[in-house]
Amino acid sequence: MDPSISIKNLKLSFGAVEVLHDLNLDIGKGEFLVLLGSSGCGKSTLLNCIAGLLDVTDGQVHIGGKNVTWEEPSKRGIGMVFQSYALYPQMTVEGNLAFGLKNAKIPKAEIKERIARAAKTLQMEPLLKRKPAALSGGQRQRVAIGRALVRDVEVFLFDEPLSNLDAKLRADLRVEIKQLHQTLGNTMIYVTHDQIEAMTLADRIAIMRGGSILQLDSPKEIYNRPATKYVAEFIGSPTMNFLDGRVEGGAAPRFVSDVASFDLKGYEFATASPEPCDAWFGIRPEHIITGPEAGNAPVKLNGQVELVEPLGSDTLTRVSAAGQRLWVRMDGQADITPGQTLPLGLNPALANIFHKTTEARL
Amino acid sequence: MSDPASLSATVAGADAMAPALSGPRGPKPRRRFSRRNVFIYGTLIVVALYYLLPLYVMIVTSLKGMPEIRLGNIFAPPVEITFQPWVKAWAEACTGLNCDGLSRGFWNSVRITVPSVILSIAIASVNGYALANWRFKGADMFFTILIFGAFIPYQVMLYPLVILLREMGIYGTLTGLVLVHSIFGMPILTLLFRNYFTSLPEELFKAARVDGAGFWQIYLQIMLPMSLPIFVVAMILQVTGIWNDFLFGVVYTKPDLYPMTVQLNNIVNSVQGVKEYNVNMAATLLTGLVPLVIYFVSGKLFVRGIAAGAVKG
Repeated sequence: MDPSISIKNLKLSFGAVEVLHDLNLDIGKGEFLVLLGSSGCGKSTLLNCIAGLLDVTDGQVHIGGKNVTWEEPSKRGIGMVFQSYALYPQMTVEGNLAFGLKNAKIPKAEIKERIARAAKTLQMEPLLKRKPAALSGGQRQRVAIGRALVRDVEVFLFDEPLSNLDAKLRADLRVEIKQLHQTLGNTMIYVTHDQIEAMTLADRIAIMRGGSILQLDSPKEIYNRPATKYVAEFIGSPTMNFLDGRVEGGAAPRFVSDVASFDLKGYEFATASPEPCDAWFGIRPEHIITGPEAGNAPVKLNGQVELVEPLGSDTLTRVSAAGQRLWVRMDGQADITPGQTLPLGLNPALANIFHKTTEARL
Repeated sequence: MSDPASLSATVAGADAMAPALSGPRGPKPRRRFSRRNVFIYGTLIVVALYYLLPLYVMIVTSLKGMPEIRLGNIFAPPVEITFQPWVKAWAEACTGLNCDGLSRGFWNSVRITVPSVILSIAIASVNGYALANWRFKGADMFFTILIFGAFIPYQVMLYPLVILLREMGIYGTLTGLVLVHSIFGMPILTLLFRNYFTSLPEELFKAARVDGAGFWQIYLQIMLPMSLPIFVVAMILQVTGIWNDFLFGVVYTKPDLYPMTVQLNNIVNSVQGVKEYNVNMAATLLTGLVPLVIYFVSGKLFVRGIAAGAVKG
């Protein structure tokens, strides 16, 4: 498949500070790519470079097979949705939708038709004559999406579009965006710091840190096999548990720590026989087995319950085992009180082991 | 914690007892003539009187005839109200060779103020917009130089400007004075507009660029409609500043084209004949009327614009 967007050796510096380092990224036609990272990682900057709102220092941006590095934003075939909606306050919703089309000198009849179509897709026909000030946050963002929609473009760029909305609306609009993507089949790039948005929406997630992409993979792969400890910590809530210890190499590798020492049978190492080294043994809270099944797990240990957080659907429990703390996700109906001893079971096949110094997955 | 049943019982009980509450309840009563209030309002009234008294004296005096003024009771209200001094100040008072009163100066001032205000605001707002949003190469340097201009005393530039205007052939004309006013308004107005435009959300500007709008289109269709308050502030600053200007008016024009302030000075300070206090007062009030009206009409917008522009530096 031809890439819809491809970024080649992209560099961006503000003065002496290099913000993006030699980025390469190919995004397929109709793909939903999420750029995920904490604030200041360069994800929004990268999006602005793709949109043409920032001049790149070096490298190229190709959209739809055309080199658009020097093109104006409006000539790149993109629509963009911003965090603060960025609706023109003095124009009606209709005016907002029409503004870009008028600038592109599109005939009146077609403008009308496109607006009608977008309004229908986003169910905002009754809002067309209103000013943005008379709309709720969710409606405003819908109009902003509509403004990208009427441009009839191949690529949609979203810059944290849901961050200004409350939790309930965010979940609703997230579903709508996913639905929209399934209906339209456009290429979409979506910037967010919210891992749930990333996991639910993305075909592929690019996790960024310090102006580089750490890992670019499907949500499932990123969740199950994070490439580095940073990625492992960033995805998943509560975060992955890490046991401090050592990997003893050889044909039958073992993990040795104060809590427990056990065979790593079933764990897929990146290399056939790992060198012995200090390491983190990472296991997600939902992969720690409790209750009667714990006895059947490959690795068994006992923990002291310190804290219980009932969420209704699940119960999060913090246990301590030989001085190391672990979060455990249990059934919502579990009856746990602090102070009690909890038998725990681990399966190394579900774990991720990271090198202590390089933090790369072993 | 008690069990839920007894908890809800207490809540219901509290509800039933509500009317019988004793002790302080609702808003705390305040004494109208507390020492605090007397002090605050007393001070305010004294200060207000202090500032309003001269205005009162001027109005009262301007409505008296000369014989009444000679009695010397400057605070007494006029016994016989006459508008003759106002008429004389507006249409008959002599300055130099002309005896058509302040009306000449008034129209001169209008012809100076209106174009200067429009020209300076038009240029400064585009300057501010370009500096805030387009960040062209050398923008910071340009801005620094412009702001530096605000700190150079006017006196330093008086004579060089005379030469400059003479060489351009517009010394002593209204055009020259309009140009001078526009130039001197530039630093502060540009600063004002730049700060206002930086306070507008940047994403709005980005959205307009994605929508294919250019420099002027974004300025005229997106930025201008959002900036009414700051335009009002700029207008008030410029109208009062230019209307009240004396120095440039006297230096860069000739007697026929003197603005109202210069003419007022000539009327009040004329050394021949009797001092007509009532005419002088009326003339002064007439001159001050324009800025006063502007303040009253647009006071609310003024405060809003100042507050908006001051948020970000």
